[in-house]
Amino acid sequence: MMHHDVIVVGGGLAGLRAAVGLCDKYDVALVSKVHPIRSHSIAAQGGINAALGNNPDARDDTCEKHTFDTIKGSDYLADQDAVEIMCREAINVVYEMEHWGCPFSRFPDGTICQRPFGGAGFPRTCFSADLTGHVLLNTLYERAVAKGVTIYSEYVACALAVEEGACHGVVLIDQVNGTFIPVPAKATLFATGGYGRIYFHSTNALINNGSGIGMAYAAGVPMKDMEFVQFHPTTLLGTNILMTEACRGEGGYLINNKGERFMERYVPKAMELAPRDIVSRSIQTEIETGNAFENELGRYVHLDLRHLGEKKILERLPGIRRMSIDFAGVDPIHEPIPIMPCQHYSMGGIDTNARGETALKGFYAAGECACVSVHGGNRLGGNSLLDTIVFGKISSVSIDDYLSGRAVTPAERVVEAKKEEMERKIRRLSAAGSERPFKVLDDLRKTMDACVGIFRTKGELETGLEKILAIRERYKSVRVSSPALHMNYELIGALELESMIDVAHATTLGAFLREESRGAHFRRDFTKRNDRDWLTHTLVAKDANGEPSVSYRPPVITRYQPMERVY
Amino acid sequence: MTADIYTFKVLRYDAKEPERYASFSSYRVRVIPGLTVLTVLMRIRDELDGTLAFRSSCRAATCGSCAMVINGKLDLACRTQVTSCNSETIILEPLPNFDIIRDLVVDLTPFWTMYERIKPYLIRRSPDPEKEIVQSPDDRKRIDQFVNCILCACCYGACEVLRREPDYMGPAALAKLERFILDSRDERPDRLLELVNNGQGVWGCDTLLRCIDACPKEVRPTDAIVGLRQTLVKYRLKRAFGVGRED
Repeated sequence: MMHHDVIVVGGGLAGLRAAVGLCDKYDVALVSKVHPIRSHSIAAQGGINAALGNNPDARDDTCEKHTFDTIKGSDYLADQDAVEIMCREAINVVYEMEHWGCPFSRFPDGTICQRPFGGAGFPRTCFSADLTGHVLLNTLYERAVAKGVTIYSEYVACALAVEEGACHGVVLIDQVNGTFIPVPAKATLFATGGYGRIYFHSTNALINNGSGIGMAYAAGVPMKDMEFVQFHPTTLLGTNILMTEACRGEGGYLINNKGERFMERYVPKAMELAPRDIVSRSIQTEIETGNAFENELGRYVHLDLRHLGEKKILERLPGIRRMSIDFAGVDPIHEPIPIMPCQHYSMGGIDTNARGETALKGFYAAGECACVSVHGGNRLGGNSLLDTIVFGKISSVSIDDYLSGRAVTPAERVVEAKKEEMERKIRRLSAAGSERPFKVLDDLRKTMDACVGIFRTKGELETGLEKILAIRERYKSVRVSSPALHMNYELIGALELESMIDVAHATTLGAFLREESRGAHFRRDFTKRNDRDWLTHTLVAKDANGEPSVSYRPPVITRYQPMERVY
Repeated sequence: MTADIYTFKVLRYDAKEPERYASFSSYRVRVIPGLTVLTVLMRIRDELDGTLAFRSSCRAATCGSCAMVINGKLDLACRTQVTSCNSETIILEPLPNFDIIRDLVVDLTPFWTMYERIKPYLIRRSPDPEKEIVQSPDDRKRIDQFVNCILCACCYGACEVLRREPDYMGPAALAKLERFILDSRDERPDRLLELVNNGQGVWGCDTLLRCIDACPKEVRPTDAIVGLRQTLVKYRLKRAFGVGRED
């Protein structure tokens, strides 16, 4: 048994920021299934939004305007009080990260560089070339090293220990030593990332499978707005590696097989810089109407950067160029990049409020695994890095408030009992069974791609639900090669698969029930937004029989009444 | 697309069972053009051998998880095309200069220890301004290549000095130090440079440039080491004239 006041699960930006905020006052341990520097925050490219007004074209920018753009971008599903907090805090956290050493790109006057991004009224996306996640994650990890945060790398959280509406800690698998470790804690924070990998085509790292969300769900915390899944317009054909929105922010064009800048027909004013949900649907429509290129890897359109010139590409988009060469054999200085839309971001997640608190006492969530909700139906580019750092920080304050002025004693017995339950589960997974985990996972992902994609219909969603229920049955016969806990990736994958099935189920169910189109959720059979019936968050909780039960809660509206979303 | 059969020989070893010698497992896999070594490893683990251990995450040469030796060359498995190996047999081994935990997974503890030793964070003594600390685009550019390091440890695995001198700090840690020394915002006292003013630090490097060759992100750690040596000499002169930066 390991003892700490606070356990932070997840070593990306949200988890690191929370740990850095708490470590002076509490005994904090940060646990991560990969070394923190390998977390998926590292892959974010384009930038982080804050109304600094550094760009000569953005002198009139304010956090109110950032707030409005975010709420409009969310198709009015975001909680407006939470968005106000995030956009106000944005300026503080960007300066804080800079003071901690973050090497942002600079304007000639030495201030932080800002570029235009989709759905934003001003160029307010702060960046470091096309490696913004990389520099932010390195800076926060450096800060954690400077402050001596205790870090357990390659420890996998596998269950929350809960009794009477309170969280008593977490059960970990130490992969290096191959043992279970029950960890009682006064407070537990999940910063475990999104659920992109429930899809077959995704820009996400392989580790982003929503397992944290599934663990919270199993422990009684509802999932919120799971049907809102962001499909990024520009991912590399074949590998689906992200080609940042900054490509378009810097002036890149989208071109179809007729040589047209087709966005002209969809959003003539914003063109390529319309929000992601709209651009992805436009590309998908081009693909479906025969305006796409095609080769053995699939159908695609072109992202053309050639007119930006060599100098700008090398200065602003060097990572994009490198990846295009390495993974598609295309140098964007000389050739257009073949791209297709695919899954990219999870708007939904663990139901939290604007303080990172959940229905479970002593349990918090922040970052992409959480749904506050600040992104509502569609997240704007540059707001996810912001979300992770702001709500990582705010969660650390909430945890401090919770632990100050009251004695919290986690019950070791509850955590120990959970550990024993997990031991039984491992024995079950390595006993006789006919299903190989990868086959079940493969079918789950293909089902999500086919049935819960960019365009959705009742029939497909029904089929999706049936298939997921069948997959859930098959999971009972999943068998792994070995019960050893020592660097057994197959076993960890099989454990996480159970969470992924629950997460996929909630996503599909939410999409099936929501008979309207809002943000990234588009129904071909209900093509309009319907505020009268559906201006509401979807909550999916686990009922006494282990089945998902759905309820709804209206979003918080402060100053911005829902309007038609036009760009 | 034409598919060819490749033989993958992967080094197997488990630190939990030290009595069993390291050996190679062979897997025959059908490969279509465009498949990366990482994709094949995942297929082997899924379909052929669930016990095979290797690290992976981003699959886009960004997170630095999957560094290994591929037919004798250090690289990230995710960015190495199988067909680019020009051989129907592909041998996969763990990064050198580290202890093996299991199969292709090595114990990076020494790498991170060295990284922490150089104090890898911005050190300021001036109070923080209300807004950003101003930095010119040219000053920002000076740290560019060292900022790009993804800490994958390919350079550490390639280093000939580390092969005989395990206390040597290694290329990545020194490149990280140079990233801060070159940062116009950093105000670390001169004495922190003394940490590397020895045989385990910058004077240990044989300048064989193996680290530059191994880096998948075009970072040149040797440049950093040479730069640090020059800075050390400069500081010594400054100290002689009484103008160094003390605590």
